[in-house]
Amino acid sequence: MELTAEERGGILVVRVRKDRIDAAGAIQFKDRMRELTRSTAPRVVLDMAQVAFLDSSGLGAVVAAMKALAPDRKLELAGLTPTVQKVFRLTRMDSVFVIHDQVPDGLRHAG
Amino acid sequence: MACGMPDELHLPDRGSPSAELRLTIDGTPDAVRDGLRQMQESAVLAQLAEADRGTAEIVLAEALNNIVEHAYARHAGQIEVVLRRQGQRVDCQISDTGLPMPGGKLPAGHLQLLRPGDDLPEGGFGWHLIRSLSADLHYQRQAGCNRLSFRLISEQSAAEDGIVSH
Repeated sequence: MELTAEERGGILVVRVRKDRIDAAGAIQFKDRMRELTRSTAPRVVLDMAQVAFLDSSGLGAVVAAMKALAPDRKLELAGLTPTVQKVFRLTRMDSVFVIHDQVPDGLRHAG
Repeated sequence: MACGMPDELHLPDRGSPSAELRLTIDGTPDAVRDGLRQMQESAVLAQLAEADRGTAEIVLAEALNNIVEHAYARHAGQIEVVLRRQGQRVDCQISDTGLPMPGGKLPAGHLQLLRPGDDLPEGGFGWHLIRSLSADLHYQRQAGCNRLSFRLISEQSAAEDGIVSH
């Protein structure tokens, strides 16, 4: 599961470099997130701009990542694509996360 | 595979453009992922409006993952998928030879009510997603086969008919 992380100014941005978080990849996602979020950055933003699809297993893995950060830190999401947004909205999990249209300023990469 | 598909799907209006896909895949997460890609690229789904293609992928993924996880929890098997499109209307049938649905019927798929301080759920979303995005959902167990059938709800058509969707 391709996840990369960059920390700047107290924000850890974890970029998902795969186009789906699904049943076939959910466990690897969870394991990798656990490794990457060992940092002490107070804010963690998951950049999902490359993720075209997420199923309920993928959603569960993102929730697990959020629970692993709690209670000290909240997981923020950025760049949700239409189908992913639909899954978050229908399950009402969109109200549980802080969701940005894009990764916060200064940390965004072109392309 | 042992399950045969029913001969007739009751579709209205045989005049509009149509397409059909029949696919048999192994009941594993990787095979489901590959199968979904084939379905999305097929003539049945490729030409749908973007939002409707997204709906198709979600419902099919949830139904197939459910079979992998539960029907084939104890022994491996294959999954047969038949997709039929008539105009913008897509009907789906999925069969497997795994364990029967508990209680012989489909889960209601209610979302867990979340209260402040509750531990967030990491699962149990699948049937709610299926029921939110499909219609005419039926389950049948016959001769060792599970058969699930449903029609995909089209946001495009719903919008054109003036039906409010959310």
